[in-house]
Amino acid sequence: MPSPYNDIVLEHFKNPRNTGRIENPDGKATEGSPACGDMVSLYLMVDPETKIITDIKFESYGCASNIATGSIITELAKGKTIEEAKKITWKEASDALGGLPKIKAHCSVLAVEVLRSAILNYEEKHGLITSKEVTTEEIVRKRLKKVMNPIKGLDMVATHLVKEIEIKDGVVRILIDLPADHQFANSIKEDAIEKIESLWDIDKAVVEFTD
Amino acid sequence: MEKSYYLDNASATRLDEAVLEAMMPYFFKTYSVATSEFGYSSGVEARDAMEEARGKLAAFMGADQKEFIFTSGSTESSNLALKGVAKALGEKKGKHLIVSKIEDFPVLYSARTLEKEGFTVDYLDVDEDGFVNLDTLRELITDETILVSIQHGNQEIGTIQDIKAIATLCHEKGVLFHTDATHTFARVPLDVSEIPVDLVTVSAHTIHGPKGIGGLYIRNKTHIAKIMDGGFQEFDLRGGMDNIPGAVGFAKAIELVTPEENLHLKEMRDKIIELVFEKIPHVKLNGHPTKRTPQNANISFSYVEGESVTLHLDMYGIAVSTGSACFSRSLEASHVIMRIGGDHERAHGSIRMTIGRFNTIDEIIFVVETLTKVVAALREFSSLGKE
Repeated sequence: MPSPYNDIVLEHFKNPRNTGRIENPDGKATEGSPACGDMVSLYLMVDPETKIITDIKFESYGCASNIATGSIITELAKGKTIEEAKKITWKEASDALGGLPKIKAHCSVLAVEVLRSAILNYEEKHGLITSKEVTTEEIVRKRLKKVMNPIKGLDMVATHLVKEIEIKDGVVRILIDLPADHQFANSIKEDAIEKIESLWDIDKAVVEFTD
Repeated sequence: MEKSYYLDNASATRLDEAVLEAMMPYFFKTYSVATSEFGYSSGVEARDAMEEARGKLAAFMGADQKEFIFTSGSTESSNLALKGVAKALGEKKGKHLIVSKIEDFPVLYSARTLEKEGFTVDYLDVDEDGFVNLDTLRELITDETILVSIQHGNQEIGTIQDIKAIATLCHEKGVLFHTDATHTFARVPLDVSEIPVDLVTVSAHTIHGPKGIGGLYIRNKTHIAKIMDGGFQEFDLRGGMDNIPGAVGFAKAIELVTPEENLHLKEMRDKIIELVFEKIPHVKLNGHPTKRTPQNANISFSYVEGESVTLHLDMYGIAVSTGSACFSRSLEASHVIMRIGGDHERAHGSIRMTIGRFNTIDEIIFVVETLTKVVAALREFSSLGKE
């Protein structure tokens, strides 16, 4: 059958490995949002002694390359220590799949990012973040790069939606260059709050709109 | 793969053998073109065939033979309608046009191009079923308005506009009215002797005719300028080689459509919708339940993404289409689903099934059974919809 996807991708798409969720996982994360299309969640169990990923599952609300990358990333990460797993790149995942169509790269990047985020979530929950950096505007900006702007299909920082960032007494105030009644205003807001409030020294994130 | 289940007839249809048969002599026997009526006899035969085809198509829609020109398809027809009227009336009357927000790309992008050239375009909103509002349209029309373009039936959700009311309004206001009837021609009645429409885009590719031939109905005395320079073909409104086999095939394709067939399409359409709603939870019909083209079923499946669904279906030999951003070359979600108040999720999980002459009820049943399995399998590990 002629297809833009190769046989390995199609095989992982057709029979994705490690699908589902883990109840009470040691670490979990979700990347993407329904508003921008693809979305992927990942759940981890980690051996507290060896820090080896003993179980990993993913869920996808996405296209074929999102599902196939989610599948391969779980295979690549399982049995590795969290330090090793953190280093898995998109290129490795893509190579393991025998390559993905260029236009589909962004759908699969999510699946790689979600693994790193889930590991970070594990580390944050288990007090493994050794260097507790004080949240700066730069850190907030970095996190907001993971919030998609569904209007453009790119993140909200790259698309100049972030107008102002203010950090004061554990509260982050973000001004977004959109009218409050814009169709995507709410989904962007929720997504941004979720990404910022998990920072260790932040109690609250407040999102405001330009009008 | 043995059997295929083709449910993407809004994109292209399988040619009917009878159409090919009618076209064949014009490839091998009378292959000359009608460049001159004073020429050799095969040229005259070619011209006669072209004019006979034109006459059949014009008569089919209640038009005079001189009011129908052949084009390369609906894209060209709509380009000519919008840009040709703009060129003819832009300086004389005004630079304002109105189109609906759910038009197909030829109309939408022609309007955008005209905007870049100094025209003003109002994009008319639609309601949740895809209908334009007549009162809103009335308010938007000004003395400067030269053309209103609102499609007959929608390409994605099948919604059929009240063309008669829209045409009558435009007529009263003295504004030209164009309708893109690509997805309704021969499927939904449109008689220009009853409806005061000035320009109608039609195409052969949606009714088992050949690709690369379409037409534009142009009411007598409509102000329109030529945009494709070349020879004096098509009443000097469109330069370019006469596509005689195409024209003959188009006329034959029209002849083959029967009211019984349209009724059968409608039955299959309703069967798809009925079965999907019976077997699959969390679904939503896109478009109006009854005021829709007989060949179109468009349903959104929550918690799954359309490209994943179509790819799975492809493995069973089933061809359908989706409004998901992941499926499109531009990676943009369907503008139609977004405009009927749908969100990205609804576009993301929308599946369009369009039926044609060669589909059967058994195929429909198989497709819905397979769809049920595929949607369930994808929902099983979807990151949405379990809370």
